[in-house]
Amino acid sequence: MSAMVDITFKLNGINRKTRVSATMSALDMVRDVLGLTGTKYGCGEGECGACTISVDGITLNSCLMFAADCDGRDVMTIEGLAADRKGEALRDSFVEHGAVQCGFCTPGFVMQAHHVLEKNPDASEAEIQRGIEGNLCRCTGYRKIVDAIAGVAAAAK
Amino acid sequence: MAVKEAVKDTEAKTAADGGTLIGKRIPKMDAPMKASGKTRYIHDINLPGQLHAKILRSARVHARIKKIDTSKAKALPGVHAVITAADVPNQHPIGVAKDHLPLKTDRVRSLRDEIAAVAADSVEIAEEALKLIEVEYEDLPILSDPRDSLKANAPLIHPEPHGADGTHDHLKQGMPIAYTGKKDNIAMTFDYAQGDMAQGKAESDIIVEDCFSLHYVTHCCMGVSGVIAEFDSSGNLLLYSNTQVPFLHRREFADLLGIDPGRIRIIQPPIGGGFGSKLDIYPFEPIAIYLARITKRPVKLVFSREEEFVASPTRQPVLLRLRSGCKKDGTLTFREVDTIHDNGAYTSWGATTPFVMMQTISSLYRVPHCSYHTKAVYTNNPYAGSFRGYGNLQATFAVEAHMDRMAEAVGMDPLAFRLKNAQEPGEVTPQGMNFKSCGFKDCLTTAAEHGDYERKHRDNATKWNDPNPIKRGVGMASMLHVGGGAKIYQSDGCGTILKIDDFAHVTLITGASEIGQGSETVLSQLVCEELGLPLSAVTVVNNDTDITPWDVGVHASRTTFIAGNSAIGAARKAKSKILGMAAAKFDTTAEALDLRGGFVIDKASGKRLVDLSKMIRSLHFSDKAELVMTTFYYEPPSRHQDREFKGDVSAAYAWASQVIEVEVDTKTGIVKIVKVSAAHDVGRVLNRLGIEGQVEGGIVMGQGYALTEDLMVENGTIRNPNFRDYKLVTAPEIPEMDISFIESMDGEGPQGAKGVGEAPAICVAAAVANAIYNATGVRMTELPFTPERVYRALHGKAAPMTWSDAE
Repeated sequence: MSAMVDITFKLNGINRKTRVSATMSALDMVRDVLGLTGTKYGCGEGECGACTISVDGITLNSCLMFAADCDGRDVMTIEGLAADRKGEALRDSFVEHGAVQCGFCTPGFVMQAHHVLEKNPDASEAEIQRGIEGNLCRCTGYRKIVDAIAGVAAAAK
Repeated sequence: MAVKEAVKDTEAKTAADGGTLIGKRIPKMDAPMKASGKTRYIHDINLPGQLHAKILRSARVHARIKKIDTSKAKALPGVHAVITAADVPNQHPIGVAKDHLPLKTDRVRSLRDEIAAVAADSVEIAEEALKLIEVEYEDLPILSDPRDSLKANAPLIHPEPHGADGTHDHLKQGMPIAYTGKKDNIAMTFDYAQGDMAQGKAESDIIVEDCFSLHYVTHCCMGVSGVIAEFDSSGNLLLYSNTQVPFLHRREFADLLGIDPGRIRIIQPPIGGGFGSKLDIYPFEPIAIYLARITKRPVKLVFSREEEFVASPTRQPVLLRLRSGCKKDGTLTFREVDTIHDNGAYTSWGATTPFVMMQTISSLYRVPHCSYHTKAVYTNNPYAGSFRGYGNLQATFAVEAHMDRMAEAVGMDPLAFRLKNAQEPGEVTPQGMNFKSCGFKDCLTTAAEHGDYERKHRDNATKWNDPNPIKRGVGMASMLHVGGGAKIYQSDGCGTILKIDDFAHVTLITGASEIGQGSETVLSQLVCEELGLPLSAVTVVNNDTDITPWDVGVHASRTTFIAGNSAIGAARKAKSKILGMAAAKFDTTAEALDLRGGFVIDKASGKRLVDLSKMIRSLHFSDKAELVMTTFYYEPPSRHQDREFKGDVSAAYAWASQVIEVEVDTKTGIVKIVKVSAAHDVGRVLNRLGIEGQVEGGIVMGQGYALTEDLMVENGTIRNPNFRDYKLVTAPEIPEMDISFIESMDGEGPQGAKGVGEAPAICVAAAVANAIYNATGVRMTELPFTPERVYRALHGKAAPMTWSDAE
C-alpha cells in the first residue's frame, strides 16, 4: 500500500484536514473518505465529466487529480454548489427545463454549467455547448441541458 | 424556490382550467434531488461490514482452462474469499438459452469470461488479489465472424463439456446447453412466412435486392453496472440491484440458489441509465451472491468503465439481405429477408430480437407476401443483449434504405412510395397485428412538411456534380414499434396499490420502476387526474419487491401504457369508494359528485362540499372505520404469438417518421446532421417536457449509432473499451430537432397515450443513409458512417457489401 499524506484544504467553504493515500484520486477522496457522493465515477479517465469538481474556481475531472494535490486549495463539489444561491438557480433551471433523466451525469453538468457562466455570464448557445463538451449524457440528447444553462444566463440579465 | 413555484404554477393553472395535468410540461419529481447530487445510486450505497468484489476475466479469447491457482491471492491480507467454479459446485446456468455458468469451468469463450472472483476489504486489495491468481490456458481457434462459425467443420463454441457422455443434447431433452453443449454454432433461428411468395414474385414488375451490415454498439449507461448482495441470518437474500425486471429476476435468482423466491428481496436504487442493458442476469450478479454467501458479509461489486465496455451487453451486429418487389404503380408485392446475427459467445436477449425485426419487415408497410429467416450464430465475440429498439434499429435501417432504393427503381418520390404502402388505422396485418390507432400517414406528411422534404429531395439530387464539395441531402425513414406493451411473458401486466392517508396524501405503490424515463411523474399525473389532486399530494414507491406488486419489468416502451392503466384503475376504485361514502353523507348519488382541487364537489354546480382530507378522516375514524386503499392489476388485451409468430402482441402500436437533413463534406467524408424533423404518433402527450426529453435523447442516441459509435471487435478483442475511442455524441454536435407529436388518441391507452421510449432512436440511421444518398448519389450500406467509411465510399474505395451465405 502506498504512503499516506496529510492534507489541509477548504472543502465547500469548510476547512478540512484529512489523511489520504498518495495514489488516491480526488474523486475517491470526496466520495470514499469524505462521504460526498454527489460527485460520480463515470469513466476514471477524464472522458465523461461525471466527476467534475471545482478547484480554485476552475472545474476539472476529479478522477484525474491526486487527492494529495488538493492540499492548500479551495475545493467545491456539487454539495457545496447546491447549497449556494447560484447552485439553486442552476438546479431549478435543470429541473424546470427537463434537463434531468437518469440524473447520473447531472451533478457534473451543474458544476460545469456554473463554471461556464462564472467565466462568461452572457454565454451564447454555441458557447454553452462548447463549454459542456467534456460532459457526456446518454439520456437527454443535451438539448434541454443547453436550454437549462441558457435559462440561467438569461435570468441573470 | 423556483421549482416549487413552477409546480405550483402548473397546479394553479390546473385548478383554473378545469383541472387537467395532461399534456402539460411537468418537471420530473426526482429531478431536484438528482440535480443537487443527493440521489443515492448503487455506487453511493455502502453497508456496514461490506466487502468489495472484483472478477478475474479471461486473458484469452477462446481457450481451455488447464489450471487455476488461487493460493497466492487467498494469502493476501484483507482477502476474505477467492472463488472459482470449483468452489461453487452447484452453479446454475444463466442467460436466455441457459448456455453458460457464471464462473466458467473448463473453457473460456470470450474475453469477458469470468474465471474467478475475490471479496476483500477494499477494491484495491481485491484488484491486487486478482493479479495473484495464476491461470494456465490452452488456446483454441477463434471464431469472430458468424459466417465462419457456420462453415462446415468450424470449431464448436459450445462442444460437449468434459466428462459428458458424447450424446449431446438430443438425448437429454430439456437439459441446458451449459451442460450438454451444442452440435453446431447456431444459437437460435426464426422462420416466418405469410402469403404465397411465388405469387408475390409473379405479380412484381420490379424486384430490388440489397445487403446491409450493421455493427456493434453498446449502451454506455453513465452509471456503471453494480450490485450489492447480503444474506440475513435466516438465509434470506437482499439484493440492491440495477435490474429493469426485478420480479423476473427474483424467480431466476431463486432457481439459481435453490431457495424460495419469497426469500429474495430486490431493492432498486435509482439507476444511472438502463436502455435495455439490465433485462438479463449477467454473471457478476450470481458471483456477488456466491461471495456474500461464502463470506457471510454484504458484498458490493461495481464495474470499472473498461469492464463495462468489455462485460456488459451490446446491440448485436447483423448482416441482412432483403429482396422486395412492387408493381409499376408502387404497390409492394413481396419481401424476402435473410439475416445472420452475431450472437457472441453466449445467448442473451439479443438473440430474440428477430421477434421485433419481423414486425418491421412484415408490417411497417402492407406487404402481402413475406418471408424472413434468421440465424443467431455463436462466435467468440462479446454477447448481445437487449438495447433500446430491440432489433428494430437494424431492421428499420435495412427496410427503410431498401424502400428508398425501390422508390428510385420504380421512379417514384420516396414519400409518395411510402404513402402508397403505409398502414392505416383498422388494418390487421397478415402477421396478426391490429392497428387500432395508427397515425403513420400523419407522421409521414408532418415530418416531410417540417423538413421541406419533397422540394429539398428533388433539388439536392440535381447537385451531385456541382463543384462545391459540401453537399446537402435529406432522407426520411419511418418506424413501427410496440406501444402498448409486448406479450412475451405469461403476463404483460402491472399491479398497483394505492393508499390515501388521513391527510389525503396518496402513496402510489407500483410495480413499475423508474429508470430515468420519468414514469414516476407520469403515473402520478394520471392518478392526480382521477383524484383531482395536485402532484405534490403523491408519493411514489416503486423499488422494493417486498412492497411493490408484480410487474413484468421496464422494457418494450411499456411503462406509461401498462403501469399507467394500472394506476388509473387503482385510482378509479379509490375514487368510487370515496364518492360512494360521500354520496351517503350528502344524501345524493356518487354520480352527482366529483373530486377536484382537493375537495369533494357537486358536479353540476362545481360547489365544494367537503375537504377531501376531512372526508377521508371521517371514513377512517368512523364507527364503520375503513381505510382507503385499493389494488388494481392491469393486463393488456394483447395476445401471445402462435408458433408461426402470428398474433397481436401489443395492445397498441407506435409510429414515427423522421426527415433528416445532412451536410456531407466530400473532401473529408465528414457527415453532419443539420436538422431532424421528427413526427411521432404517441397516442397522446401526457407530460410534454418528459416526452420531448425522451424523443430528443433517442434521436441523439440514434445519431451516435449512425455516425460515431462503433465498438470495434477484432478477433474477439474489443479495441476501444473507453470513451476516448468509443465516441458518444457531445453537446456541440447535436442537430436542430423539430419534434411534432401526432395524437391518435389510442382507445386502450391511459388517457389515449402509447409508448414512446424506444421509438425515437429507431429511424435515425436509415434516414441519414437516405440523406447521404440524396446529397451524393452514393449508397452507404454499412454502419457507422464514419468519415473514413464515407470517404472510401465516395471515392470508390469501398468494397461493396456482399452476402456470403455459408449454407
